[in-house]
Amino acid sequence: MVLKVMSSNQAIAEAVKLAKPKVIPVYPITPQTTISEYLAKYVADGDINAEYIRVESEHSAISACLGASGTGVRVFTATSSQGLALMHEIIFAAAGLRAPIVMADANRALSAPLSIWNDQQDSISERDSGWMQIYAENGQEALDSVLMSYKVSENKEVLLPTMVCVDGFILTHTVDPVDVPDEEEVDKFLPDYNPEHAYLDPKRPMSIGTFTDPDYYMEARHDMEVAMEKAKAVISDVSQEFADTFGRKYDFIEKYRSEDADTILIAMGSICSTIKDVVDELREQGEKVGLVRVRVFRPFPVEEIYDAIKGASNVGVIDKNFSFSIGGVLHNNIKSMMDVNAAGFIVGLGGRDIKPSHIKEIVEKTNNPSDKPQWIGLNKEEQ
Amino acid sequence: MELPEKEFLAPGHRACAGCGATIGVRLALKMLGENTVAVSATGCLEVITTPYPETAWEIPWMHVAFENAAAVASGVESALKAQGKTDTNVVVFGGDGGTADIGLQALSGAMERGHNLIYICYDNEAYMNTGIQRSGATPYGASTTTSPHGKESFGEDKPKKNMPMIMAAHGVPYVATASISYPEDFMKKVKKAAEVDGPAYIHLQQPCTTGWGYSPAKTIDLGRLAVETGSWILYEIEEGEFKVTYRPIQRKMVSEYLNAQKRFKHLSDLEKEKIQSHVDAICVELKI
Repeated sequence: MVLKVMSSNQAIAEAVKLAKPKVIPVYPITPQTTISEYLAKYVADGDINAEYIRVESEHSAISACLGASGTGVRVFTATSSQGLALMHEIIFAAAGLRAPIVMADANRALSAPLSIWNDQQDSISERDSGWMQIYAENGQEALDSVLMSYKVSENKEVLLPTMVCVDGFILTHTVDPVDVPDEEEVDKFLPDYNPEHAYLDPKRPMSIGTFTDPDYYMEARHDMEVAMEKAKAVISDVSQEFADTFGRKYDFIEKYRSEDADTILIAMGSICSTIKDVVDELREQGEKVGLVRVRVFRPFPVEEIYDAIKGASNVGVIDKNFSFSIGGVLHNNIKSMMDVNAAGFIVGLGGRDIKPSHIKEIVEKTNNPSDKPQWIGLNKEEQ
Repeated sequence: MELPEKEFLAPGHRACAGCGATIGVRLALKMLGENTVAVSATGCLEVITTPYPETAWEIPWMHVAFENAAAVASGVESALKAQGKTDTNVVVFGGDGGTADIGLQALSGAMERGHNLIYICYDNEAYMNTGIQRSGATPYGASTTTSPHGKESFGEDKPKKNMPMIMAAHGVPYVATASISYPEDFMKKVKKAAEVDGPAYIHLQQPCTTGWGYSPAKTIDLGRLAVETGSWILYEIEEGEFKVTYRPIQRKMVSEYLNAQKRFKHLSDLEKEKIQSHVDAICVELKI
């Protein structure tokens, strides 16, 4: 194994190169842009044999993905924040048309006020679209998740698109060591995509994207829910196959020193690396603290999370997003789906730095919970 | 010209009696043949041809949304190219709203990028699927549900957006106007559009019985009147070369066309004269 130092954006581009999509429509947006640039260069150098479409908007990027996917080829695009919001309409259409698109989202705050910095409001706001969502902690996981996502999305039992989410700048523009898998091994793990359900082929005409009346619409949506449930077993199988081939195992959640913990924090994405450091520090001081990192957010791993936290006395859920009057979405998903008392914390909106001291404050407040979600890291004068 | 017998839009679809859009699609597909993939924007055509689980399309067909048909077609064309299927035609059918208004950005992008596709705008001069609302392609003086005539209004107060010239400004190799009432002219243009390497745009006028307000038996007659009065001009722009493809022997008065439709019934003689002189000015310039 040769480790290369690269950003998550480059790691994602490397994964795309290995996945060999036939069509790549992209539109630049910070902090996703370098994914598009790496891919443009790979295409220019002949390292990827794909049609690279320089579309005029993110709306057209996802629309072109859908058109290409309709002909039965593998596709890729990447976006962020405003771009994802512009795609919103077609995000729902892509899932409804059961197109196994894989898209990277460089998590960034939504305007206004305009911010190019990280939080997870953009992808969290698409949670009801029918896309699967993965939140990676580092570049290696981003790369591996893209490869696994194609295999899950294209599975006949699933046929739903996947969004691989990486924290803007924190991951997209920082580098860490990444093992880029061997092409031949990836070819075996992820063979060509040959759909049986959707193809625009004059030899076997098919109409895709028809108009439905109330006799059929609910069934179409229900089928998606069934597929999302079935995706859980497929994700497990694909994850195991990936581990057997490449030696890295990813579960729905990652448990970090949580087995015997009295206090467990739950979070998603790059913040978990900071939390792990704080957990280690507090453990050294004798505090039984642990972390449960939610990696797969849709389908939502209710059983896995519940099993991991049910033994803890105190649970704190950290969100980089906010639903007005309700609080963090991960926090509320957990509270609504399982019988646990969990405190909720809002952090890091619009790129606000999250320091180890903030995590310690959250641990402290988790042990003395309040009913309302608490905003951590606000400027003093605004509190 | 021989009219191919094979139909690729099956009967039994939900179009109104006298629908001009389906006539246009039938004629276009006769020329394009079975090795064709069609993409539709949301609109009348999409709704009337694909009430799930039925479809009138005998060729592969895809619809995603209202404003993105050209972008979807860009993806289709690129994917076919990536698979080496460069002999397959990709045709888009968008209404005037889906083309001149909400879909203009996606269309502009697709044209500018040079995708090898044929975009046919079926223009019935308003949002007919939602019930006759004004679009950018609604002509001066037309009464629609969002540009109604009234005490303070004579209806639509802006001239029709000049879509074919906007497309021509993109420098695409083939742009044409057409009418469903001149099938041979239209079908020749479809054939040229298919043969061109790169994007082609055809702006097809098609009368709409409900939106324009006339008897369903008169669709073809009305399309003819539009052209015979000089209200709609048939031309093509091939590699930048502009050519009128049909000249009426004796141009009829515009009022004959206007008076045949409910949407213009409210116009005063003064307004009709204004429209006539506008048409005259263009026709004189084009020697029609």
